[in-house]
Amino acid sequence: MSKSLLEIAERVVGWSGTGFDVEAFVARERETEVRAYQGEVESLTAATSVGIGVRVVRDGRQGFAYAAALDEETLRETFDEALDNSRFGSVDEFAGVAEPDGVAAASLDLYRSELVDFPTDDKVGLALELERVTLAADPRVTGVESAEYADSVYEGAVATSRGVAASSRETGCYLATYSLASDGDETQTGFGFSVGRHPGELSAETAGTDAADRATRLLGASKAPTRRLTVVLDPYVTARLLGIVGATLSGDAVLKGRSLFADRMNDAVGAPSITLVDDATDPDAFTASAIDAEGLATRRVPLISDGVLQAFLYDTYTARRAGVSSTGSAVRGGFKGTPGVGAHALRLAPGTRSQAEIVADIGDGLLVQGVTGLHSGVNAVSGDFSVGAEGLRIRDGETAEPIREVTIASTIQRLLMDVTEVGSDLEWLPMSAAGVTLAIADVTMSGT
Amino acid sequence: MLDADLANRTLAVAMRTGADFAEIFAEDRRSSSAILDDGRVEEVVSGRDRGAGIRVVAGDTTGFAHTADLSASGLAAAADAAAAAARRGGGGTQTVAVSALQTPRRLEVRIPPEEVPKDRKVALLTAADAAARSAGGAITQVSARYGDGRRRILVADSDGLFTSDDQVRTLFSVSCVATGDTGMQTGRESAGRTAGFELFDLYDVEEMARRAAQRALTKLTARPAPSGEMPVVVGPGGGGVLFHEACGHGLEADLVAKSASVFAGRIGETVAAPMVTLVDDGTMAGEWGHYGIDDEGKPAARNVLISGGVLTDYMWDRLRARKEGRASSGNGRRQSYQHLPMVRMTNTFIDNGDANPDDIVADTSHGVYVAQLGGGQVNTATGDFVFGMTEAYLIENGRITAPIREGNLIGNGPEVLTRIDALGNDFAMGSPGTCGKDGQGVPVGDGTPTLRVTALTVGGTAA
Repeated sequence: MSKSLLEIAERVVGWSGTGFDVEAFVARERETEVRAYQGEVESLTAATSVGIGVRVVRDGRQGFAYAAALDEETLRETFDEALDNSRFGSVDEFAGVAEPDGVAAASLDLYRSELVDFPTDDKVGLALELERVTLAADPRVTGVESAEYADSVYEGAVATSRGVAASSRETGCYLATYSLASDGDETQTGFGFSVGRHPGELSAETAGTDAADRATRLLGASKAPTRRLTVVLDPYVTARLLGIVGATLSGDAVLKGRSLFADRMNDAVGAPSITLVDDATDPDAFTASAIDAEGLATRRVPLISDGVLQAFLYDTYTARRAGVSSTGSAVRGGFKGTPGVGAHALRLAPGTRSQAEIVADIGDGLLVQGVTGLHSGVNAVSGDFSVGAEGLRIRDGETAEPIREVTIASTIQRLLMDVTEVGSDLEWLPMSAAGVTLAIADVTMSGT
Repeated sequence: MLDADLANRTLAVAMRTGADFAEIFAEDRRSSSAILDDGRVEEVVSGRDRGAGIRVVAGDTTGFAHTADLSASGLAAAADAAAAAARRGGGGTQTVAVSALQTPRRLEVRIPPEEVPKDRKVALLTAADAAARSAGGAITQVSARYGDGRRRILVADSDGLFTSDDQVRTLFSVSCVATGDTGMQTGRESAGRTAGFELFDLYDVEEMARRAAQRALTKLTARPAPSGEMPVVVGPGGGGVLFHEACGHGLEADLVAKSASVFAGRIGETVAAPMVTLVDDGTMAGEWGHYGIDDEGKPAARNVLISGGVLTDYMWDRLRARKEGRASSGNGRRQSYQHLPMVRMTNTFIDNGDANPDDIVADTSHGVYVAQLGGGQVNTATGDFVFGMTEAYLIENGRITAPIREGNLIGNGPEVLTRIDALGNDFAMGSPGTCGKDGQGVPVGDGTPTLRVTALTVGGTAA
């Protein structure tokens, strides 16, 4: 099937003429989603979607068009539209499609026939079991807001008139649940999940127990007085923070004057315990991929080593403009978008101690189990960082009372410098960064 | 997109296992956009999405499938898949009969964007770029985006509904970076309406660009935001996001039904200060969250949710309304034919109060004045919500003084609603927003006059 997607991409690329280049990105995804509620299937969605995105670069001008169908007429129309759109772009000497750069793609097996062959009835069974174990995990769990099984079988291909021809396929699935816990008047919520390449890797028990724990430990939570303290970020929270850091290291942000770190190459931008790598070739990452969104091989990119900034991320365009090589960091939000620069699979080098050991050394702190408002209170250009937080107070080396309705604030620059320890508990999460416990000193907690 | 005969045949397949309800939602969306960044028109994009989602409800189970193939066989295959997914009925057959297609309103678009030459759209971007850069040498980067979309939808269901709508939206935004001794700051301005290219009769893109640039420049001298609880005055238009998060989501019947809302079971109770009347209104012509029919075929409606501080109703989609034996409130929406509908807001606003906005500030001895809000997020089960301030100032001795840096504010919905103690007479709609509930983005509008909350936690770093 992958072969046929690549054939489609190559056929469209074949319509390129003299004086212009073409890139075709073709994707097909089969998805199933089952939601359980009160012992019944609330909804079951099964669907396949396909689409193509065509990029044309003519005389340095770029045009793009997409369509959610792959019939011959649609392909022609999309190609013509992209070609027409290229008339209106500005001339940019660096614009262009990717060409083979000699880097061999990693050999990654991200496709599991076990998922493809997994019967729908068993998917339904997993969703129902997830709701059941979430409810049973703790007597204070009074309900489940949602319990869901979802999977995807994805195939993609990209070809360019400069000779790139690459395809990939992968499977993935997850269980996710939101619990409602109550001790009378008050309700708290908690989420839990389990991710895998095929259903055999999923654990409803883990997801359900995590969701129950996260909700029940917040029962009785209150606001706390404003103060500066050390925060200990749960792995999931760290992963979300890394996503923001990754954006500041994009070559696009650097070239266009939107990166905090543009002029900081080889400077210490973080504490010595910070070593950050982007590596989509790591098969353990759920966002692993042997090729990037332009069809080039992904590679291991050391971004920060022992606190010192070592590299930025580049796709074909930004690399040409910066006079460097692509780092295989092209990403795109499906066939509807043009490629941009982004991290694939960020990972901090883990430390040696567990979360409990780290907490044991903190006299006055906050263990942050969840954050909100990352999109509204964090500015990756200015570095201002302020997010809603909930979790447990740390007093004299032990977790104490639950806290909610506070914010934690600093700047992205300071957060990296103020890291005091990285935990040993590295875990891959369903996002483009791995989670790990992170302790950061001198953060403002705003409350009453 | 499909005629009555094809709709009936497809619905018959969907109902073959004796389901309670089946629906076809067909959509044909064309969109175009153009992006300028770093002084260059980087890309001009055209897109086409066309397909149908078929929903089959049997008992408490919904089966759903979608297809990009609108032929009889493509629709039958999707209907079959949806029916199989919902397979719980008794197996009886039901006849379905939709007849003449209803179109409840005429298209209210004066200048269809698809008739506007692409170079005119691109010219808006370059004009905005030039205007922003002329605002001062400290403006070091500008990006601007033009986007339009035409979405034709058709809904046919087993209750005999057969209706359609034609929705056109046009959007323009400009973002600037200013650089100074203190680092970089950003400023943004956006305008969007459920309208065509006549959007630009109402909005001057150069003026928008100058405002975005000024916003970034002002923040170069901004102090760190304060931290802790204090009075917060939100300027006209800006407060809509606050209500969207503080109570809007909590009034969506799907969350209420799952007891995942702090407002569950509180109809008839006083939930807000007596001056607060909250309305969700999909009929506001031209506004960003406006439409003729929702994505289940129900005409948009004006729904009063809180009247004089008393909770009067929730918002409903078809599924929740059917369970409660009442009518949908026209709030069933979905991102596209590839998604199931759920309860969503449209244009959510607080009506004018009678205070002079200047007096509200003058009456505030110290606090924060928020002139422009960013997005927000809420946990409906606890009521805790955050929203971002992208342009804000200190209030000192009743006067708006120094600009402060960006950050979130955090509060609890039910508490904040009762802490509103002043409502201005300067109602305005806010910026066009995209609400991302459950991962599905839909356009929403909001509006408020100037208002004051007696205590909200400002999430800054300064003491």
